[in-house]
Amino acid sequence: MSVASVRFENVTKAYGKVVAVRDISFAVEAGTLVTLLGPSGCGKTTTLRMIAGLELATGGRIFIEGQDVTHLPATARDVAMVFQSYALFPHMTVVENVGYGLSVTRRPKAEVRERAEAALATVGLAGYGERLPAELSGGQQQRVAVARAIVLEPQVLLFDEPLSNLDTKLRRKVREELRDLQQRLGITSIYVTHDQEEALAVSDRIIVMNQAVIAQTGTPRELYEEPASRFVADFIGDANLLPAEIARVEGGRATVRVGTSTLELPGRALQPGAATLAVRPHAIRVHPQPVEAANRMSVSHAIYLGSHLEYELDGPVGHLFATVPAGGAMIPQGAEAWVTFDERSVALVPG
Amino acid sequence: MQPHHDRTLVAWLLVGWCGFLLLPWYAQDDGFFSLAWLNAGLFTDRDYASGLAQGLWLGRAWLLPLLVPLLLPLLALRQGVDPARRANLLVLAGLLGIAWLAIQGLAVNHRGPADWLAPFVPDRSRQYGMGAGAVLVALAFLFTLTNGLAGRGLVKGDRFVAGSIGLVVAVVGLFVFVPVGMILARAFVPDQFAGQFFDARIWGLACTYSTVRCGVAWNSLLLAVLTGLSTTLLGLAFALIATRTPFPFKRSLRVLTVLPIITPPFVIGLAIILLFGRNGTVTQFVATMFGIEPGRWIYGLPGVWFAQTLAFTPIAFLVLIGVVEGVSPSMEEAAQTLRADGWTTFKTVSLPLMRPGLANAFLLGFIESLADFGNPLVLSGDFDVLATEIFFAMVGAQHEPSRAAMMALILLAFTLLAFWAQQRWLGRRNYTTVTGKGDSGVPLQLVPGLRYTLYAVTIPWAVLTVALYALILLGGLVEFWGRDYTPTLRHIIAAFGVTTGEHGIVWSGTAWNSFTTTIAIALIAAVPTAAIGLLTAWLLVRQEFGFKRAFEFGTMLSFAIPGTVIGIAYILAFNVPPIEITGTGIILVISFVFRNMPVGVRAGIASMSQLDKSLDEASLTLRASSFTTMRRIVLPLLRPAILAALVYSFVRAMTAISAVVFLVSANYEMATTYILGRVENGEYGIAVAYSSVLILVMLVVIGIFQLLVGQRRLGRRTAVPVAAPVGAAS
Repeated sequence: MSVASVRFENVTKAYGKVVAVRDISFAVEAGTLVTLLGPSGCGKTTTLRMIAGLELATGGRIFIEGQDVTHLPATARDVAMVFQSYALFPHMTVVENVGYGLSVTRRPKAEVRERAEAALATVGLAGYGERLPAELSGGQQQRVAVARAIVLEPQVLLFDEPLSNLDTKLRRKVREELRDLQQRLGITSIYVTHDQEEALAVSDRIIVMNQAVIAQTGTPRELYEEPASRFVADFIGDANLLPAEIARVEGGRATVRVGTSTLELPGRALQPGAATLAVRPHAIRVHPQPVEAANRMSVSHAIYLGSHLEYELDGPVGHLFATVPAGGAMIPQGAEAWVTFDERSVALVPG
Repeated sequence: MQPHHDRTLVAWLLVGWCGFLLLPWYAQDDGFFSLAWLNAGLFTDRDYASGLAQGLWLGRAWLLPLLVPLLLPLLALRQGVDPARRANLLVLAGLLGIAWLAIQGLAVNHRGPADWLAPFVPDRSRQYGMGAGAVLVALAFLFTLTNGLAGRGLVKGDRFVAGSIGLVVAVVGLFVFVPVGMILARAFVPDQFAGQFFDARIWGLACTYSTVRCGVAWNSLLLAVLTGLSTTLLGLAFALIATRTPFPFKRSLRVLTVLPIITPPFVIGLAIILLFGRNGTVTQFVATMFGIEPGRWIYGLPGVWFAQTLAFTPIAFLVLIGVVEGVSPSMEEAAQTLRADGWTTFKTVSLPLMRPGLANAFLLGFIESLADFGNPLVLSGDFDVLATEIFFAMVGAQHEPSRAAMMALILLAFTLLAFWAQQRWLGRRNYTTVTGKGDSGVPLQLVPGLRYTLYAVTIPWAVLTVALYALILLGGLVEFWGRDYTPTLRHIIAAFGVTTGEHGIVWSGTAWNSFTTTIAIALIAAVPTAAIGLLTAWLLVRQEFGFKRAFEFGTMLSFAIPGTVIGIAYILAFNVPPIEITGTGIILVISFVFRNMPVGVRAGIASMSQLDKSLDEASLTLRASSFTTMRRIVLPLLRPAILAALVYSFVRAMTAISAVVFLVSANYEMATTYILGRVENGEYGIAVAYSSVLILVMLVVIGIFQLLVGQRRLGRRTAVPVAAPVGAAS
């Protein structure tokens, strides 16, 4: 059994009476990138800072490479962090910033210089060493922050919302660069974000947090296709949450009735009775004419968006938001429509 | 990492053992740093022997229990001891050590042992003040304790932070709270409390409807508010001119505003009297020109307020210049792109961002004014204030120590009020403007209307200041100001004459002794003042611990206590063992350090709260210890605050009078007390001449400090590319 790079065992962080993180446990495998995802105030940043040692857990234990670091201060942990604000030292040049971690650990000057330059080259900033941080663009500053973190070759690399200070276009590019770099160096990374698209794009696994606890852990695909709760279903990608009825369960397959439609879905160990369905917007088929077992609904909004159409529909099953590939004629607002579901993008949600 | 921390601990234990085995335990009459003990018998002489020798065969058996806490940490250092157990052992050792040091120190004094200890020790046992050995042992116990507390998880297990907090708490407790507690205990008389408190001399309001004087408390409060406001506004005006205008004489402006604080006490008062008193130059001139009868208006509130504003505006300036420079240009640019014109931007963005600095400046001015002693002494006339009243109540013919203590309490209450108001006013907003992202942009230049208003206010003030100083410099070079304006060098020669005798150079001037003592003590005091002040500020801004508010209040307290009270308190507290330092230079240094430390704290807090906290955190995650982080990240970014703390500490030490009056001795006479003596003898010429020499010396020292500390490298673009490299920004 390989030793997980980072492991939390029943970790709690409380500030007086306020509990920021409640009794969470998880493991991050070596070489992977795991994202802590959740809305603001869910405890994801606190969790990251506990890995760094910038906050100390008030309960439970934290391991890095099998070593118990629960009570070790930040200085003594073999992790490095890229800060949201980058936290570049404004009084040092770029190369001094990058070499800082090496120079405070008393490496020879020549080695510091050489490795700092190498790290700068890795992030594509060779030749920028003598500038001050203020003389670089936002994207360049971000890369300096990354170079400063990787130069120490830490066991774990932490990212605290590293893209939030960049503009959208750059964000996509930098996000890919970060992922490439992480895979090239094979460095275990933990990434905090509140942007689910960003999380899906960069992660090997995602830990979704909500209200101080872990809501679900899994690969991006697992989270999307098998959400463990209404919260996760709604937070990862859009979902229509519909009341439904499980008629029977046989061999792991459930027969589910929603309105006048009947669906065959993975049972997810649920019992017959009332249930919730997560229906992705693109799983909804909208027909202008009646079709078999379709739910009759009325179109409250219809929008043309070039590549696809967006409908909002109301009916006995509730309110639906649907995206349909453009091509056919658009059903006008106020008209009736008949709705069926594509079973591949519908999931039963426990709870 | 673990071994590294243990190295620090081992080093402190070694220090403790050295202190106990190899250094004289008791203070020596020859002086703290004298080396006479080296050949006087470290193991045999009753005065010079080390702690162990004293305990074993010199009859001071009560020192032997100290061996227990000295040995206990060795158990903790063995291999394989559980960390929790190790921490507990260290805490126990530290506590035992400190407790026994205190108990034996108080139980056995210069008269002999206390009753409960008497049966166990020889008859004639007594002990003197703590010496080098005892001090080192005490420090070792302190850091053993903090190391253990950190090991138990206090302050995130950071040993450096724990040690720093321990050190600050210990020294502030010892040199602020113990003396103050001492004087209150001595002066507090239960039966008279109510009568003392409701004394009309303190709270009377009779002046509003009759000719009877008002209470000193009201007078002090009024004066402090006025001074706080005027110094803050003037300081802000100067700071804005120095940073946000193309004013051609910015550099000289800086020197000018620094002048008043490098001025010895009484001198501003004397100069104001020589200009505006009944026989003053200006008064006489106005009388002759316009036929206005010369009055005594300068004696009282106007004169004291005038003098205090002159004296304390530079403090506000020093605080505000860092703050004005710290306001992020991009925020101002942001406001301007949001359709705010220059004036609106200044009013709605720049000014609110400066609020912490403004509050700090006001607070400093307010408290300085309350504690000021020299100016009211010369100028207050019938307008009595608390600081001088306390002095007279204590040492005057009245000798009412309990009344003095009561007034000290009231003074303290006012300070608390100022402190509380400042906290409320600042609220919880985030003023971080120097972020880790670096900042580009050009600082906003002031709109012309505001700029010319500021010129109109500050230029006359600057001219007046120049006139005062010209007078001080010239006053020492004439026979007798106001009567005989014949130029002469005789005052200078009397004070600073140098002749060549048969053994070489003879420092024949009468002032040389006090002059060299003053310089040495002021320089020695400046470094620990700045260090402890900034360390405290760093702890307050960057570290989280339970009793932070109490800690902050404790470190600010010494500023609120008038020097007169501190002086008497020090004499009461430190005249007898275990800490016996009256009459030494050390007591002067210590009094300066703890009187001036709050300025370093305030300047440090104001600057540090503008530094993004993730800068520190980034450094910590990059393997730097909190000590390294402080040295390589925080300190370089705090150079203006360091400069302010060093300069201010030095000049305050050179110009202090109120506490010093009580603490000087034949060996350690200070310049200010010498000048006071000359003023009392009516030798104004020598007093003024000596003052001008002091001013020149302080200017030179400030220049050197400025060069040493240098500029902050923030990589901001400067509005004026040819800006002067040194003077224009600090």
